Amino acid sequence: MSDQHEEHSSSLGFYVGIWITLMVCTGITVWAAFLDLHQFNAAVALIIATFKATLVVLFFMHLRGAGERLIKVWVIASIFFMLVLIALSMADFGTRLWS
Amino acid sequence: MFTRTRRPPLHDSAATAHHAAHDNPALLHHFAEESQQRNAASLGMWVFLAQEVMFFGGLFCAYLIYRLKYFGDFGAASQTLDIKLGATNTIVLIGSSLTVVFAVWAAKNGRRSMLLINLVLTLILGCAFLGIKAVEYRSKFVEHHVPDLGFHMDEPTHIPGHPDIPVNQRHAEMFFSLYFIMTGLHALHMIIGIGLFLWLLIMAWKGRYTPQYNTPVEIGGLYWHFVDLVWIYLFPLLYLIDRHP
Amino acid sequence: MSTPAAIVPAVEREDYLNKEYGVWSWLLTVDHKRIALLYLASVTFFFFIGGIFALLVRLELLTPAGDLMQADTYNKAFTMHGMVMVFFFLIPVVPAVLGNFLIPLMIGAKDLAFPRINLLSWYLYIFGGSLMVHCMLTGGVDTGWTFYTPFSTAFTNTKIIEAGLAAFMAGFSSILTGLNFIVTIHRMRAPGMTWSRLPLFVWAHYATSIIQILGTPVIAITILLVAAERLFHLGVFDPKLGGDPLLFQHLFWFYSHPAVYIMILPSMGVISELIACFSRKRIFGYNFVALSSIGIAVIGFIVWAHHMFVAGISLYAALIFSALTYLVGVPSAIKTFNWTATMYKGSIRYDAPMLYAFGFLGLFIVGGLTGLFLAALGIDVHVTDTYFVVAHFHYIMVGGTLMAYLGGIHFWWPKITGRLYPEGWARLAALIVFVGFNLTFFPQFILGYVGMPRRYYQYPPEFQVLNILSTAGATILGLGYLLPMIYLTWSMRYGKPAPDNPWHAAGLEWTVQSPPTTFNFPQEPVVTWEAYNYDEIDDVHPHEEAPVAR
Repeated sequence: MSDQHEEHSSSLGFYVGIWITLMVCTGITVWAAFLDLHQFNAAVALIIATFKATLVVLFFMHLRGAGERLIKVWVIASIFFMLVLIALSMADFGTRLWS
Repeated sequence: MFTRTRRPPLHDSAATAHHAAHDNPALLHHFAEESQQRNAASLGMWVFLAQEVMFFGGLFCAYLIYRLKYFGDFGAASQTLDIKLGATNTIVLIGSSLTVVFAVWAAKNGRRSMLLINLVLTLILGCAFLGIKAVEYRSKFVEHHVPDLGFHMDEPTHIPGHPDIPVNQRHAEMFFSLYFIMTGLHALHMIIGIGLFLWLLIMAWKGRYTPQYNTPVEIGGLYWHFVDLVWIYLFPLLYLIDRHP
Repeated sequence: MSTPAAIVPAVEREDYLNKEYGVWSWLLTVDHKRIALLYLASVTFFFFIGGIFALLVRLELLTPAGDLMQADTYNKAFTMHGMVMVFFFLIPVVPAVLGNFLIPLMIGAKDLAFPRINLLSWYLYIFGGSLMVHCMLTGGVDTGWTFYTPFSTAFTNTKIIEAGLAAFMAGFSSILTGLNFIVTIHRMRAPGMTWSRLPLFVWAHYATSIIQILGTPVIAITILLVAAERLFHLGVFDPKLGGDPLLFQHLFWFYSHPAVYIMILPSMGVISELIACFSRKRIFGYNFVALSSIGIAVIGFIVWAHHMFVAGISLYAALIFSALTYLVGVPSAIKTFNWTATMYKGSIRYDAPMLYAFGFLGLFIVGGLTGLFLAALGIDVHVTDTYFVVAHFHYIMVGGTLMAYLGGIHFWWPKITGRLYPEGWARLAALIVFVGFNLTFFPQFILGYVGMPRRYYQYPPEFQVLNILSTAGATILGLGYLLPMIYLTWSMRYGKPAPDNPWHAAGLEWTVQSPPTTFNFPQEPVVTWEAYNYDEIDDVHPHEEAPVAR
C-alpha cells in the first residue's frame, strides 16, 4: 500500500509538469525535423522520442518509485531483445555489399 | 543466492483467505492477500507489455531495414503525410496519457467524480485520435497512396535533395505498406484500449473501485501508456524522416 | 469424463477429479490440474495427427520413385507433419501438461496466478487446432512448416492464411501460458520456498516462459505480415516489389530458433527431477543447472541466422552467427555433465521413468553434438537441407523432448491419476521406443551426409536401403508410442491405487495426496528444507523399493 500513501495532490502538479515537458519535446522534435542536420536528423528525432518515452515509463507508468526491480528488469529485457533483433539483422543487411 | 522470501508465513491460509474474503469480495480464492493479488496483476501486465514490445519490435525492424535501404524514396513518401495531423495526434495521445494518470490517482485516492471525468476524457481523446487517423487514411485513399489499390505517388516526383533522381514507385509503395500496417496495428490497439476503458468507466460508475481495490484502473492505465509509447516512436519514424528543405 | 466412474479412486477421498462431475465442470474449470488434463487429451490428439502425416511421409519414402502420392501431396504431408508437431505438440506439451499440473504444487500454491487466463490459453489452443484441422481437411499447406516467402506469399495456392492463423492462436496460447508461469513463480511461492530451493523443473519452466514471452510475438507479427502480403499483394517480402525474402527468414527464425529451446528446456527440467529421484541424490551443481536454463534462453535468442547460412546472408553475418551458435552449446553441455555427475555414486533405480531419462541423455548428446557440426559453416554448406538436419532435430525433439515427456508422464502419473501404471509394460515400451527411434533416425544422418535432400519424395535408388530401415524404425516407434496410450488409459480405471509418494521422491507435490485436492494443500506449506533432500528422505525410508506395481 505504500505507493498509495506517497501520492498527494502536489504530485498532480508534478504530472502536469511532465506533460508540459512532453509537449515541449514534441514541439522541438517537429521543429528539428525542418533543420538540415544531414544524417543526424534521425538520431535527434530518436533521442527526443526516447527521452519522451523514458518520461512516460518512469513517471506516468510509475516505474520510478513504485516500480520494483523485477519490473525494471523485464522492461530492459524487452527493449534489449528488440534491439538484438534489429542489430543482428542489420549485421546481415548492413554487410551484404561488403563482399 | 536468491534467499529473500516472498512474504512471511501465514498460519492458516484457508482461514486467512476466508477472513480476507469477508473484507474484500474482490480477493480471488487462490491469493492469500490483496497485495499479492495486486502485485500479481501488475507484474502480469508489465510482462504482457514486454511481449507487446517484441510484437511491434518486429515491425520496427522491418521498417528500419527498408528505410535504410530505400532512404530517398521513403523520405519522399513521408513528405506526403500531414505533419500537422500527426503532431496533433501526438499531442492528443500524450494528453490522454495525462488524463489516465489523473484517473489512476483518483482511483487510488477514492475521488469518484475525478475518476469518472478523467476516464471520459481519456475516451474522448482516444476517439479523437482515431478520428484524426481516419481523416489521414481517407486522404491517403483519395491520393492513391494505398498499396494495391491503384497505387501511384504523383508527388514528390524526385527524391528530396536529389532533383535528378526520380522516386521509385515500388519503394514508395513499400513505405505505405509499412505505414498502414504499423499505424493500423497501433489503431487496433487503440480500439482495444478504448474498449478496456469503456469497461473501466462502467465499473467505476458502479463504484467498484476504491482506494483498497483499483488494480484494473492501474493496469488498464499501463496498457494505455504503452499504446502512447508506440506512437511516440511511430510519429518521428514515419512523419519526420526528411522534412528539411 | 462425463461418467462418474471414469477414474475410480480406490479410497473414497475427495480429490480434484471427483470433486465435480459433468462436461461443463471440465470445460469451464479454472483448476490448473484439470486444465492440464484437458491439454493432455488435446496434445495427444494432435500428436496422433502429426504422427499420421509422418507415417505417410515414411511410406512414400519406402521406394525411390514418387509412387505413393503426387509431389504436391507429399509437400502437404511433410508440411502438415511439421506444423502440427511443432505448434500443436512440441511447444505446448511439457509446459501445458506437466507445467500446468505441477508448478503450483511444486511451489506450494493453490493455483496459478491467473486461472482464468490459463483456461483461455487452452481455448485459444483448441481454436487454433480446429483451424489447423479444418485447413488440413480442405487442402492443407505445401510450403513446409517454415512457409518461406515468396513461395508462401506470391506463388502457392494453398491455405496459408488459415494455417498461419492457427499457428498465431497457438502462439498466443503459448504467450499466455508463459505469462502465467512467470507471475506465478515470482508471486505465488510458499513461505520458505526461496529461488534456490525451487525444483529445477520450475527453473526450466521459468526460462521457457521468458522465451515464450519475448520470442512468440515476433512470429505472430511475421504471420500477420505474410497474411497481409497475400491478401493485399504488398511487397514486404517480394523481390519484384522491392521486398527481401530474407527479411522474412530473419523474422521467422528469430522466434523459431528460440522455439526449439521452448521445446527442450521444460524436458530438461523433467530430466533433472527424474535423475535426482532415481539416483537418490541432489542434482550436482544445482546453481549451474538453474542458471544454465536461463543461459540457454538468453543465448538462444542470438543465434537464429544459423538456419540461413546458405540462404544469401552476408558472410560476415554468417561468421558472427556461427560463433554465437557454438556458445549456445555450452549451457546444455553443463547440464549434461551435471546430470552425469549426479548419477555418479548414486543409488540408481531402473524404473521406466529412469529408462526414459537414460534414453534422453544418450540421444540428446547425439542431437546436440550434431548441432555443433551444423554450426560449422563448412559442414553446414554440405549438409544443410539434407536428412542430416532432419536427423539432428529429430534426435533432440523426439529423442530429447518426447522421451523426457514420456518419462515425466510415467513419473507423475500416480500423482495425476492416483493410479500406478504397469511397470513391466512401461519398461518394455521404453525399450521399444528407444530401439525404434534409433532405427528411424540414425540412418538419416548417413542419408544426409551422402546427399539425400530433405522434403523430396523421390531419391536415387542407392539410398533405398537406409530409407527402408528408417521406415521400419518408424513403425516400431509408432508401436512404442501406442503401448503407453493403451496401458496408461487402462490404468486410469484398473491400475493399482497409488500411495501419496510411491517413489519416495523429494518435492512438495509428493507431500499431498494422490490425486491432489482441488486447492492442493490443506494448509499452506512452510518450506524449511533444500531441494532434492534425498539423504534426509532415505534416512526415513532406507533401502526400500518403491512400491510400484510389477
